[in-house]
Amino acid sequence: MASKVIQALYHDDDVLMHAVKKVRAEHHHIEEVYTPFPVHGLDKAMGLADTRIAITSFMYGCLGLTVAIVMMNYIMIEDWPQDIGGKPSFSYLENMPAFVPIMFELTVFFAAHLMVITFYLRSKMWPFKKAENPDKRTTDDHFLMEIGVHDNEKELTDLLWETGAVEIKVTEKES
Amino acid sequence: MYTFSNRLKIGSFIAMGLGVIFLAIGFLSAPSTVEEAKAIVAAHDDGHGGGHGQEAVSHGGDQGHGESAAHGAEASHDEGHDASHDEHLLHQLQNKPWAALYVAAFFFFMIALGVLAFYAIQRAAQAGWSPLLFRVMEGITSYLVPGGIVVFVILVLSVMHMNHMFVWMDADVVAHDELLQGKAGYLNPTFFLVRAAIFLGGWIFYREYSRKLSLAQDESDDDSNFIKNFRWSAGFLVFYLVTESMMSWDWIMSLDPHWFSTLFGWYVFASMFVSGITVIAMVTIYLKSKGYLEQVNNSHIHDLAKFMFGISIFWTYLWFAQFMLIWYANIPEEVTYYVARFQDFKLPFFAMLVMNFVFPLLVLMNSDYKRVNWFVIMAGIVVLAGHYLDIFNMVMPATVGDQWYIGLPEIGGILFFGGLFVYWVFNTLTKAPLQPKRNPFIEESRHFHY
Repeated sequence: MASKVIQALYHDDDVLMHAVKKVRAEHHHIEEVYTPFPVHGLDKAMGLADTRIAITSFMYGCLGLTVAIVMMNYIMIEDWPQDIGGKPSFSYLENMPAFVPIMFELTVFFAAHLMVITFYLRSKMWPFKKAENPDKRTTDDHFLMEIGVHDNEKELTDLLWETGAVEIKVTEKES
Repeated sequence: MYTFSNRLKIGSFIAMGLGVIFLAIGFLSAPSTVEEAKAIVAAHDDGHGGGHGQEAVSHGGDQGHGESAAHGAEASHDEGHDASHDEHLLHQLQNKPWAALYVAAFFFFMIALGVLAFYAIQRAAQAGWSPLLFRVMEGITSYLVPGGIVVFVILVLSVMHMNHMFVWMDADVVAHDELLQGKAGYLNPTFFLVRAAIFLGGWIFYREYSRKLSLAQDESDDDSNFIKNFRWSAGFLVFYLVTESMMSWDWIMSLDPHWFSTLFGWYVFASMFVSGITVIAMVTIYLKSKGYLEQVNNSHIHDLAKFMFGISIFWTYLWFAQFMLIWYANIPEEVTYYVARFQDFKLPFFAMLVMNFVFPLLVLMNSDYKRVNWFVIMAGIVVLAGHYLDIFNMVMPATVGDQWYIGLPEIGGILFFGGLFVYWVFNTLTKAPLQPKRNPFIEESRHFHY
């Protein structure tokens, strides 16, 4: 289904922030904002829900830690007991200090990689996907705000010019 | 302007008074003869029943320890064994109140020094978020003067053989110890005190001068004082990193004169840094709760709590780096350091790890919790207690060995120096407006928001 959207371009992140607040105050629904770099506080201004990626990161970290413990316990304690530095090595706990670097690294490895993969999946990004970005300039020095049009094109256009937009266009968007 | 509330002032005086009484009890009940020392240990063993078996085990560890002439004699198992062992026990028991005094004195001094380093970093980095907290930091660093003098006096008394904490100060011990003779060029009482005086002099000078410039900046009409402060702070950081490292070798590592660790200076630094930042957060939250520092918002608290979290992890990293290399390299004179701690100090040793690592890791991980004042305060109390235990574990095994416990003199030390610290810090806070007027970054700090 194609929907009609209005796209306003801005030159400056401060102007954009004020514009976002103003548009929200007028009770229009902002569909998306495209920026060349992360703008602090934009998520709050747009009223987006808090990210839950931190929670997944914690769970992935716990998973990595578990994998490290199970793996080292099997390799170094059960399958082929190793004498590490002449220290007692009959249980995992007694040898635990020797495994701390591995436990740490696998925790970080799992948390980082799985978090990135989760982020891609959640953002519906995969190889050879066609870019959703409506205007290439938002990867350079422009900021773009996209608002759905529901028979209020004139009103929205006026409002957006007022907020300091440098360019406004209305297009049909496939979704 | 801040006015020192009467309740806090009276509270600090009561703490100091109680502390003096407890410390006095500790000093008076220390044995003065071998017989008294044996009687104390015997009474202790009777009270605990099976305690004796455990003692025998820990003595086995002591023999490997070999840190002093008394220990060296022990290993030979000859007739002199009992006599020298008893004398060693006497020294340990006589050290107990001194070590309690020293641990507490050093702990609170270290907080002020850690804050000074944090303050100098903010100055040298020209940080925009922190100028609102500069007066709080300057208040805490004012404790450097009394705290530094007390530590210095304890060191002078040690050199005068009032206690046996630093075995290398005993000429008799050095005469029978080749390793100590080799270190005598550096580790001798005169040079030791000269170094201590240089360290303390440099730190106190920077603190007083920077404070002067900071106050002058408020009254001036250009930024020259601010720029001067920036330059002095950068210079101080170089001086501090070298002297802090040497201070930790001198004042703490030399308690075990045979043992050495190359990253010990960093390890002590991490401890003082995280304790200092914790105290900045706690004092700031206290002042805010009394209606001062109204410009400080929860983003400032969030940043301090992030530092508490980060430096706690940093401390653990250094602690573990030191531990793992020594533990698995397994060189006798190095690994005894940890054998003594595993055998005789199980509880404080592992409690410290939980309090300084596991607890802050889990409690301060969530971003939202770092903005909740009471949460930061509770986490801060645990972190401070954990780092007291850290210093305790650095000092006690070498000075009192398996005779440690946390009793009246230890609590007295904490109360006395805690009271003095609170009194001195809050008294200094009344001396100048809590918000700097003309710091060029004050606007940025006021609008700090994340």
